[in-house]
Amino acid sequence: MATQQTRLLGKLAVAPSVIVLFLWMIVPLALTIYFSLLRYNLLDPGNESFVGFFNYEYFLSDPAFFAAIGNSLKLVFAVLAISIVGGTLLALLLDQAIVGRNIVRLMVIAPFFIMPTVSALVWKNMFMHPVSGLFAWLMKSVGLEPIDWFAQYPLTAVIIMVAWQWLPFATLILLTAIQSLDEEQKEAAEMDGTPPISYFYYIVLPHLARPITVVILIETIFLLNVFAEIYVTGSGGPAGNLPYLVYFQGLLNFDVGGASAGGIVAVVLANIVAFFLIRMIGRNLEG
Amino acid sequence: MASVSLRSVHKKFGPITVLQSIDLDIEDGEFVVLVGPSGCGKSTLLRSIAGLETINGGEIHIGERQVNHVAPKDRDIAMVFQSYALYPHMDVRRNMGFSLNLRKSPTRMVVERVSAASTKLGLNSLLDRLPKQLSGGQRQRVAMGRAIVRNPQVFLFDEPLSNLDAKLRATMRTEIKALHQSLKTTAIYVTHDQVEAMTMANRIVVMSDGVIQQVGAPLELYDRPANIFVAGFIGSPTMNFFDAVIDGKQAGLADGSLLALPASAAVTEGQKVVIGIRPEHLHFTDTGIPGTVVVVEPLGMSTQVTLDAARERVTLLALERPVLAPGDRKHLTARPQDIHVFDRASGLRVN
Repeated sequence: MATQQTRLLGKLAVAPSVIVLFLWMIVPLALTIYFSLLRYNLLDPGNESFVGFFNYEYFLSDPAFFAAIGNSLKLVFAVLAISIVGGTLLALLLDQAIVGRNIVRLMVIAPFFIMPTVSALVWKNMFMHPVSGLFAWLMKSVGLEPIDWFAQYPLTAVIIMVAWQWLPFATLILLTAIQSLDEEQKEAAEMDGTPPISYFYYIVLPHLARPITVVILIETIFLLNVFAEIYVTGSGGPAGNLPYLVYFQGLLNFDVGGASAGGIVAVVLANIVAFFLIRMIGRNLEG
Repeated sequence: MASVSLRSVHKKFGPITVLQSIDLDIEDGEFVVLVGPSGCGKSTLLRSIAGLETINGGEIHIGERQVNHVAPKDRDIAMVFQSYALYPHMDVRRNMGFSLNLRKSPTRMVVERVSAASTKLGLNSLLDRLPKQLSGGQRQRVAMGRAIVRNPQVFLFDEPLSNLDAKLRATMRTEIKALHQSLKTTAIYVTHDQVEAMTMANRIVVMSDGVIQQVGAPLELYDRPANIFVAGFIGSPTMNFFDAVIDGKQAGLADGSLLALPASAAVTEGQKVVIGIRPEHLHFTDTGIPGTVVVVEPLGMSTQVTLDAARERVTLLALERPVLAPGDRKHLTARPQDIHVFDRASGLRVN
């Protein structure tokens, strides 16, 4: 009776937000696609002309593109590995009854709340600085040559900083998962006489499979977009990833058309990754 | 197989005493049920025997061995948990064999034991399934299979049937009892359900507030409860209680009517007592305690009648089919030998 009216009313009520969200998404995407088809250089404004797919050809054949893809993948995989292995171990430790457990947990979570820019500056100037950094001081105090992180191992340095930020996230998710392990199952394992390693391998790890896939999904999405750490530490040259390359094209080479093409390529790649991840996780979450 | 004996076992959680000086001897091959309301300490006692809780005093022996400081896995016992606690990612076969594999038992022995147990429990067609693909009753069986394959000295059951529906519970009750009769392993079984206790046990241990109230065979507890608590806990529908004062060879109830007492009652004139009468021992008569019918519930085999009599709500179980309507006035009586007399102050039986 009133259902049809209610339904219409509901649609009308939802419409504004849906329309705003749609425009919010489609206008930048459409403009980026449009720009990617133009010769559009900020050094030569007002002379835009349609060039078809030339920007894509240029971007995809640029050797820097493959380097950037490589760096993106290395960064994602390395940080995922560190945060999941480290996160699992930390979560196991934090699950133990220790004095001041709540404070320790809070301290472990803290890095996640720090802005990437700030953390990058702190790492760059206070830890990894070849002259005044803590690592340099440690090396010198045992008589070794200090490492100039950003000159010698820029990607490793970026991985360390980003992993430091994302380790707490993985720890937090995995800790809650460990704590949700059924108490009677733990006791059954105890009565069965399960030694610690077997207990971890047969009871804890299978229980963590699902949260681990969630961590992989969420971290991958964010790690593909890492930019601040690379920009702030000036490691863009040797360790630049895809977002950095887009920035480089647009704001350092003033090539808006090329940067837009790069942006679209990044969107397509991210969607391919997301497609496989969602499939993988969907399978894992069903069970 | 082994006997289990407990000597003045104490257990505290912080300032709260949950087990007070528990003494209990369980014979080899016996099926003992610990029963009591929730919070009475029965589960804590079982977990103390399992070694999942450490006791604050006393001794626990399994067989000849004192096990106070022995780890659960070395006590040679197996436990069936309320939630079954199956390992969710292992199939039935691996769930059952897990503890043996951990002990590095030879593969042939593991296979033999698992197949023997699964045949016994009718799990042969389910061996490759995961726990989530099983029904509640099947999971329950796997949990028992996991206990059986270890061939332990003692089985511990922690309310294993409370997650099942009523019909399945009755079936599993029979199955567990049959299983015990064929294995003849000592079993300690915790439940809050007195029907389970009555039907399964060789001996029942009734507990309340961390104290053992009475130990005995099911019918012994039913026929001669040691105190008011046991009398009220064992039996369904529950026993009727009347406050009364001793008046010669009779008991004067709250409404002034008199009830003849059993000859064995050791009471003194004027003593305040509680009279207990089981619902099936109350009968309608022409004289006796006057009562008003409140509800009539035909159960088929018997009819349960609720009445108001002697300022109490009284239940009567009649095997014949009385024609009654709410509001009818009737008189009730019971044979003296069916009457339980308890001292009102101490709660203890006095006949």
